[in-house]
Amino acid sequence: MVDVYTFVSGPLAWAAFTICIGGCLYRLISLIVLAYKKERFIFTYMSFSYGLRSIVHWITPFATENWRRHPVLTVVTFAFHISLVIAPIFLLSHIVLWEEAWDLRWPALPDALADTMAVIVIAGCIFFLVRRLKLPEVQFVTTASDYVILAIVAAPFVTGFLAYHQWVAYPYMVIAHIISGEVMLVAIPFTRLSHMVFSPLTRAYMGSEFGKVRMARDW
Amino acid sequence: MTEPAQQSETKAQDKGIEVGISKLDVERIEKVVTGVLKGETGARLKAYVETCIHCGLCSEACHYYLSHDKDPHYSPVGKVKQTLWEMIRKKGRVSPEFIKTAAVIAHTECNMCKRCAQYCPFGIDIAYIISVVRRIIHRLGATPLYIQDTAHSHSVTMNQMWVKADEWPDTLQWQEEEAQAEIPTLRIPLEKEGAEVMYSVIGPEPKFQAQLIYQAAIIMDVAGVNWTMPATIGWDNSDMAMYTGDNELMGRIKRTHFETAARLKVKKIVMGECGHAFRSVYDMGNRWLGWKMPPIRIVHAIEFYYDLLKEGRIKIVKKFDQPVTLHDPCNVVRGGGLGEKSRYVANAICEKVIEMVPNYEHNYCCCAGGGVINCGPPYKMTRVNGNRVKAEQLFSAKTKGAKVLIAPCHNCHSGLHDIVHHYGVGLDIKFFADIIYACMEKPEATEA
Repeated sequence: MVDVYTFVSGPLAWAAFTICIGGCLYRLISLIVLAYKKERFIFTYMSFSYGLRSIVHWITPFATENWRRHPVLTVVTFAFHISLVIAPIFLLSHIVLWEEAWDLRWPALPDALADTMAVIVIAGCIFFLVRRLKLPEVQFVTTASDYVILAIVAAPFVTGFLAYHQWVAYPYMVIAHIISGEVMLVAIPFTRLSHMVFSPLTRAYMGSEFGKVRMARDW
Repeated sequence: MTEPAQQSETKAQDKGIEVGISKLDVERIEKVVTGVLKGETGARLKAYVETCIHCGLCSEACHYYLSHDKDPHYSPVGKVKQTLWEMIRKKGRVSPEFIKTAAVIAHTECNMCKRCAQYCPFGIDIAYIISVVRRIIHRLGATPLYIQDTAHSHSVTMNQMWVKADEWPDTLQWQEEEAQAEIPTLRIPLEKEGAEVMYSVIGPEPKFQAQLIYQAAIIMDVAGVNWTMPATIGWDNSDMAMYTGDNELMGRIKRTHFETAARLKVKKIVMGECGHAFRSVYDMGNRWLGWKMPPIRIVHAIEFYYDLLKEGRIKIVKKFDQPVTLHDPCNVVRGGGLGEKSRYVANAICEKVIEMVPNYEHNYCCCAGGGVINCGPPYKMTRVNGNRVKAEQLFSAKTKGAKVLIAPCHNCHSGLHDIVHHYGVGLDIKFFADIIYACMEKPEATEA
């Protein structure tokens, strides 16, 4: 048991972080190289200020027409994405691991808040799942991979939540939590979770086109 | 889990598509699809396809979707699913029947108005994706018949309407003579080198809307504009090749247009009230030719009238007294930021302007643009049924008192005409020039 734990939290974690960061960099760089080779005009039209203007509007709740049209979705998706990113980074138990391994430390969230955030992420996944199953316009364009992605995202939070509360099979749950977290890290660059990396770019390009050429708002 | 019911409407028969696909087999399709996807697309398409999270949030942007009771087949992403995703998934090995469906969807169920780009959280350019599908259809030779005919006309005559070389100056002379009945000194100056303005129009104007050239000549003359029109090819700023995915032809057309302006040594090109032509000269065609922005300044009619009114070069004797509502064409408002200037002109020439909702860059499309109306009569009801939401929007403006609908774009004009008639909206549709011509101060008419 201890051996397994040592393995998943040691070499496997190394591998997962390496693949995640390396993979994201690879995807990002290869996209930029491709743009440079075949669509160099993208750099010509890309505008920092207009790109940022567009991104800021879209990462602000209710700042766009479409966010306002879907108030429930907007609240859920913002709470979901913020929790998804913030909770793992500022969870005390994670910070302790960083401290043990690297002697790095930073302020932690209160456990109760982090716990709530995990629940928000899980609830968000359920919301997105129900949306996929129930809304015809979402269901029509849903593929199997969409469910897989949801499961990949939900797993570390479900297992983490259960491990934290130590309700069932704690040691197994911790290992399942670590593995599922690593699966998610590895999946980021190679599935449509890569929207984490790409969406600022697509948004910035559309914002630049709208700002500089079309002189209209894209929100 | 069941998929929503298939679209119940029967799709129109189109000889361009039917004959086109009869010559296709899976191997040929595979070759063309992979050729386009590998050879002609790059980072944009890759990022768009791989970033799309299948959330469906673009749906409500689309007038087809809204008008078909939210049938997901008509949502922007739904249309991409039925066309490009499938081509990518099957690595190009799709059937001729599939190409037929894809051709109908890409050419007649999307106006490439880019409203969805304003609703996608990631800013995915779905109109661009549809244009890639059209490009594939073009290279497969299965483009709808009517729009392909206009592309052929461009290729042969460098205008959209098979206007022959002698018919063009002949039409201008005819309109000049007509206008001289009103202003005897009026000229339509041809080939005047060094004029400030080259005025360019779309093919349908000399073909069957010659009074628009008459009105433009009156406005130019009264405003004292130093203007000219070419007597040669290059007078037509329209471009259906842009919408059929025939980019090479688009380049030829735009090169001819710009080179004609350069030959005449004009300072700017002023164009009539047309949306797609503006997109072609300002956004698409210039880029194909390697110009970041147009090589010669392009002034759309709305901006031109704005300047003339603001500078007092034309004066309004009596404002148009019927309440108007203003349609914002996608290509000049979402595509060129002319929303404010359009309102300035409307308020300067009309007593009362009633806003339709939504408006500005959020306005609903006319459902004619993007080459859809140019796909011809077989698809008239596709356009009309696909834009019930526009009729509702217009009705709502009418209940607020609007009697006249100003549509400063040819395609919008024709498309809205069909919608207004079919749904019995009962609005009179006008161009800005119609109202300016009627309300402007003109020299005393001389009796012959």
